This record gives sequence, structure tokens and C-alpha cells, in this order.
Amino acid sequence: MSLSTTTPPHGDPGTTVVVPDTPAHVPGPARFLGRALRTLWSNGKARIGLTILALIILMAVLAPVFAPHSPTATNFTPYQGPSAANWFGTTGNGQDVFSQVVYGARVSLLVGLLAGAGATLVAVTIGLIAGYRPGAVDEVLSFATNLALVIPGLPLMIILAAYVPSRSVWTIVLVVAFTSWATGARVIRSQASTLRTRDFVSSAVFSGEGLGRVVFREILPNMTSLVAASFFAAATAAVMAEASLEFLGLGDPNTVSWGTILYYAQQQNALLTGQWVLVFAPGLAIALLAVSFTLVNFGVDALSNPRLREK
Amino acid sequence: MNYVLRKTALFGVTLWAAVTLNFVLPRLMPGSPVDAALAKLAQGGQQVTNAQRRAIEVQLGSPHDGLLSQYVQYLGNMARLHFGSSYSFPNQTVAKTIEGALPWTLVLVGTTTVIAFVVGTLLGVYAGWRRGTRSDATVTVGATFFAAFPPFWLGLLLLFVLAFKLNAFPIKGGYSPGLTPNLSVGFLSNAVAHSFLPALTLAITSLSGWVFGMRNNMINTLGEDYVTFAEANGLRTRTIALLYAARNALLPNVTAFGLSLGAVVGGSVLVEGVFSYPGLGNLLYIAVSNHDFPLMQALFLVITVSMLVAIFVVDLLYVRLDPRVRRA
Repeated sequence: MSLSTTTPPHGDPGTTVVVPDTPAHVPGPARFLGRALRTLWSNGKARIGLTILALIILMAVLAPVFAPHSPTATNFTPYQGPSAANWFGTTGNGQDVFSQVVYGARVSLLVGLLAGAGATLVAVTIGLIAGYRPGAVDEVLSFATNLALVIPGLPLMIILAAYVPSRSVWTIVLVVAFTSWATGARVIRSQASTLRTRDFVSSAVFSGEGLGRVVFREILPNMTSLVAASFFAAATAAVMAEASLEFLGLGDPNTVSWGTILYYAQQQNALLTGQWVLVFAPGLAIALLAVSFTLVNFGVDALSNPRLREK
Repeated sequence: MNYVLRKTALFGVTLWAAVTLNFVLPRLMPGSPVDAALAKLAQGGQQVTNAQRRAIEVQLGSPHDGLLSQYVQYLGNMARLHFGSSYSFPNQTVAKTIEGALPWTLVLVGTTTVIAFVVGTLLGVYAGWRRGTRSDATVTVGATFFAAFPPFWLGLLLLFVLAFKLNAFPIKGGYSPGLTPNLSVGFLSNAVAHSFLPALTLAITSLSGWVFGMRNNMINTLGEDYVTFAEANGLRTRTIALLYAARNALLPNVTAFGLSLGAVVGGSVLVEGVFSYPGLGNLLYIAVSNHDFPLMQALFLVITVSMLVAIFVVDLLYVRLDPRVRRA
């Protein structure tokens, strides 16, 4: 990289400002993602996680191919155990449980990813600003973060979801995003406050870059792995929270998701009538999705902390 | 005792913020929770007295008064434990309903947390010490799976297999119907048998936080010079693992107590519902099913305040564990 020196128009002719005349090489988003995936793939646990996640995504996208029946059609004998026609049996309304579990991947995956992304967005914004602005701003934001950390999450989500009059998937996404950001914000804040005093940030500030540019273009790219880690942690929490809220009947009763299958199973006393597959299958699917997010996160953790890397 | 003063001040401010959040939430919500609550009350065939209407308005937002006077009334009511009236339990006050349920949840969540802490920490020490081996992988992957089980789902499965199929445990409730709660040996053993499955469910699902926290701390501590020095001195490996490494790795794990408690409390809501265990979680489950806003609101406050108190107590005990904070 070649450097050219220019004299500022009104400055002391003796001082010179060093300006790079070609921007540093920054890999494009596609190459960056490819490299991150390759590094993740080298971690054994993350590899299992990525495989499970890919299979669930495939199931969600190709649900009409995998599911033998419509998930909402009520044309079977209700309360049947597993059979050749209905692999996981039928619900009390005569729906095919296997098809419901396949289609349920769509809503559960969507809520997990969207709520995880929403919570991460809040965490990054609050964490970066608090870490970069010590003093009053940091005090206020840190207090809000600590408050959100100690208030029990699920009871708060239940109260919020119960107050909102409309029952929809979007309500759950918003409620989860609004309540699950604090852990990520705390980690990002402490990282941002150590980066704030580094030379490259000082030079960016002295070269006249604005607050937004310094925070989002200089500091943020240096903690990609932390942001990814808080995304997967929030997504795991979101999948579990969605299942809990829907199991309580606070979800949209007309959508087919793993949580609503469990809700109807409980309403129809599936276990006491011996229909354990109706409870077992959707819960296992939720557990697998949550496990895949957590396993991927092991790989992300190892990226940022070399002491945790597998030899 | 700078540390204690600072923690006490923080506790006070957090408590105030939590109580205020409870005041603000229903007023931010679309629609009118008051109208919904009053409609529900009338629907249940109850006579809506002026006092009841007043209590609900104070709790959930009144269209008549200014925000400030509502807030003052609300704080007064909370301080005197006037939570209004619930329509799930029309014959007693909300405070009385909660008073009956609180000990059950405190005992369940308390014992579960202690068991999960001890077992999880020991597993974490073991996994960190045997890092990179097959036994480490077994513990880590196992804990990952247990953490991914939705607590209420694990509860349902345990209920089905152990209580329904094998008849090893009672199916629901906190004690056999017909008994009255007292402190006799007969009643206590009956209650323990009823609490076993909910406690097991919560312990299994909350284990992983302790395992991972302790494993990571162990790995960091094992890299320290004094551990290498102890090894060079020829001390037995078990002595090094438990007395040198684990002892120092334990401290950061204790500070994670508050967060872990939140997970157990959250899990207990649905698990208590599944087992019809007579605690706060089951009340919240009932309140949500009945759209019982006054009860929900009071429960949220009681659960939050109990958690804040528990975290505060742990913060104070921490002084005994870590002498550095006394001087800081």
C-alpha cells in the first residue's frame, strides 16, 4: 500500500497528514462469509451443529415435498397412534402429526432467526454506544442492561404477550427481541470499551470521522465473532421462548408450529391417552434446533478465544 | 464496606425500577387492560364493587387521574401489598393467594438451584480438567442437549414415563388431596415425593450453565503459572484440580448465580403448570389461561422482587468468598 503526503490547505506548512491513496483491501461480504464458514467447519462441534441446522432449513424450505399430507387438513380419524399412513399418529382434530412437525419447522425457524436478529440488533446498538461513550451515557445504558438481566425473562415475556391483544407470530418475535438482548449488550459493551482506547480508533476520531462511522465502521468489524455469538445465543433463547409462549396458548392458534402442536397436545391430554409421539416429536425438534444453534456457537467462541480451540 | 454500600444502593435502585416497570407496562399496552379486566370480572358473575374497580384502575391504569397521582397510589398499594382482586380466586385477596403459593416455589427453586450448582460445577471441573478427552466431549455435548430441552417438555416426558407408565411418582399436585399442609414427617415426605419430578426437571435443564461456566474458568485457570508450579512440585493431580484450580475457578461462577436463578424461575413457571405444583408458576399459568391481569401483574412483581432479593443476598455472601472486594 503506497502512501502520499499532502499539506493541509490552512495548516502549518511544517506538519503533514498521512493519507492512504488506495483503500485497504477489504474482502467482500461473500468471501468474508465463506471464510468464516470454513473456519467454523474446522471445529468438530460446530460441524455437527451446521449439519443439523442445514437439515432443518432444508425440511422447512421443502416442507411440501417431505410432508405427505396438508398440515391443517382434518381428514383422518382423530386420536390415532403411529401407523403406516400417519407416521406420528393423528391429532384430536384428525390432522397428520408428521406433516405438522415438518411444516412447523417453518414458523419455529423463522421466529428463532428473526427474534435472534432483532435481539442482536438491540444488543449491538446499546452495547456499542455504552462502550464508546463513557460517563453518563454509559451509566444509563449499563443500568438498563443490568436491569434487563436481573428481571426474569420468561415471566416478563408472558406478561407482555398476554397484554398484546393480537395473537400472531410477529408479537412473539417482538416480545422475544425486546427481552433477550441484555446478555449480548453486556459482552459487546465491555469489548467496545477496550477497543475505544486503541490507536486505530483514536486516529479515526482525529481524522474527523463522525460518531456513527467510528462506532459502526471502525469498532464493529473488530467484534464480528462476538456479534455472531450473541446472535446464536439469542436465537437459541428465542426458539425456547417461542415454544414456551405457544405452549401457554399465547401464540397464534391458527399457525402450525412446534409450540402450537405441543399446546394442542396438552389441551387434548395426549399423554394420558397414550399418544406420547404427539408430544415427543415436536419437543425433540425444538431441542435439535436449539442444540444446533448452541453447537455452532461453540465454534464461534473458539474463533474469538483461542484457549477454547480444539487441538 | 464500600462494596456493601454500593450493592445496597444498586439493590434499592433496581427494586424501584422493577416496581416502576410493573406500573408502566400495562399503561403502554394497546387497548385498555382495565376494561378487559372489568369485563372479565363481570363475566365471572362477580359483583363489581366500586372498591374493586378502584383497585384495578390503580393497578392497571385509570382514565380519570393524572399519571403522577396514579403512580403515588400504586406505590402505596404495593407497599401495603394491596394487589386488588383476582377473578381466578374470587374468595380471597391476591396477597393471600400468593402467600399460600410462595413457600412452595421458594423451596422448589431453592433446592433445585443448589443441586444444579453442586452437580454442574463438579461436572465442569471434571470436563475442564480432562479437557479435549472423550469424557470432556461426553459431558459438554450431554449438557448442551439437556439445556436445549424445553423444561415443560422434559417435565411432560418424565411425567409420562415415571409417573403415568411406571407409577413411581404421583402425577400432579404438591401433596396428596385430603392432607392439610403442616410440618409433620408424614406430610413432608408426601410433599417431597410430589416435588421430586418437578425438581428433577428443573435441575436437568439448568445444569448446563454451571457446567460451561466452570469448564471455561477451569481451562483459563489451568493456564496460570501457579498450576504449572504445583505440577512441577509433584503434587497429586487430584489435589491440583480441586484445591488449586477449581477453588479459584469457582469465584466467577458464583457471580453468574443471578442469571442462572432467572432461568430456573422462568423454567419453573411452565414446569409447575405441567405438574399442577401449588407454587407461583402454577398461579401464573392459571392467571394467563384466565386473562387474570391483576393476578399476573402481582405475580410478576413478587417473582421479580424475590429474585432481586436472592441476588442481593448472594452479592453480600460474595464478600466472605472473595477478600479482594472488601478492599476495593
